Order: sequence, then structure tokens, then C-alpha cells
Amino acid sequence: MNDMVGIVIVSHSKDIAKGTADMVRQMVGNEVKVAFCGGDPDGGLGTNVSLIIDAINNAWSPKGVAILVDLGGAETNSEMAVEMLQPERQNLVVVCNAPIVEGAVMAATEAASGSTLEQVRAVAEELSAG
Amino acid sequence: MLESRQPNGQVITGSVQLIHAAGMHARPAVKLTKLAKKFKAQISVRASDTADWINAKSVAKIMALRAARDSIIEIEASGEDAEAAVAALIDLVATDFPDTGQ
Repeated sequence: MNDMVGIVIVSHSKDIAKGTADMVRQMVGNEVKVAFCGGDPDGGLGTNVSLIIDAINNAWSPKGVAILVDLGGAETNSEMAVEMLQPERQNLVVVCNAPIVEGAVMAATEAASGSTLEQVRAVAEELSAG
Repeated sequence: MLESRQPNGQVITGSVQLIHAAGMHARPAVKLTKLAKKFKAQISVRASDTADWINAKSVAKIMALRAARDSIIEIEASGEDAEAAVAALIDLVATDFPDTGQ
């Protein structure tokens, strides 16, 4: 129960990523680890594999990490980041097919009760399942 | 309002008026779901003007409830801690979803 799935937010915009993380902390609380990254290293819009890897490691939990992404490249770069993790961590990270803000809040709400990674992903993806 | 529908106390029901200014929007929905998840009981809620009972532990469904201010939220729970669950949820709604620091 003490371990909670960590949440990573990956946006093309650092402002969106940070704002989403702020919403999660204010609405759900600080008990769930939330890390975010956005923008390229030069300050422009984009996503960056090594920044995503850092965020995953910052949010790391033995229960795993759920990633929420915005547009195309955020997803492919997140998948690339997962492939570059230590092998034993790769199966403990999922990229959720969910809207970034709503998905992050719902995933964190579920994570806060000590749910498994699959439960957290399912709750985030409930939104897309309509 | 809290009452036990059956003599053996298996199903506990209650109702409470939603006084939150914005109705059951995102922040109250997260608080209600988080609290519901602390109990083992199966908990369902509905706004009085909708027919379907929804799982109080599903944040997506609670957010979709869209209950307006002043609507009556009905709560129904079964399981070992059902009574405590219904009482806690009524208290949360009746006290307008206070920040607990959690």
C-alpha cells in the first residue's frame, strides 16, 4: 500500500507538462510521485528521449510508472525512452492511450489508492473507451 | 441521512445535498473517489435525477456524473465497512469537500 504507481507527463510544451503536473498535485495530492518533461533542450517545442528517461527515473516506483503524452512524437519518443531503460524496468512502464490532463488526474487518483499499474492504466484509458 | 435498508445491515443507504457551488466537478469528484477507495465496501452513488447507480470508486464515472449544485446525492454501500463508508461520504459532501492536506 505504501508503494504507488508513479506518473510521468510528456508534452511538447514544458508549460503544459508543468501545468498538468500542478493540477495532479493540487487535485489528487502529493502522495503520488509525478514527474514531467516538455520541450526540446533548446527551449523550443518538442519532446526529448533523454529528458523522458530522466522523468521516468524521477517518478520511479517498484509498482511501475504510467506515462501520459500529448501529440504524436511524445508517444513515439516515450516508447523509445522505455526501450532504453534498464531491461528489468521496461515491463513496469506503460504509455497510456488517454488525454493528457484528464488521464493524468485519473491515473494519479487511482494510483493514490495503491492500485497496480494495469489498474491505473485501465482507469486512465476508460476515458478513451467512451 | 443514514439508514440501513435490511435488518442484517448488509445494504447501507444515505443521501446528502450537494452544496458545492460548482456542483460535482473535477476536484470534488477526485476527493469523493479517493475517500471511497479507502473502504472495502462496494459503494454506488447517483444524483437523484439520474437513474443509474455508478461505482463511487471510478473517478471517470464520478466526474461524468455532472451533478448540479443542490442536487441530492444518494449513496448505497454493502460490505463489512459499508456503514462507515456511507457516513464518511455523506460527511465529505455535507462539509463541501474540505481540503484535508492529503
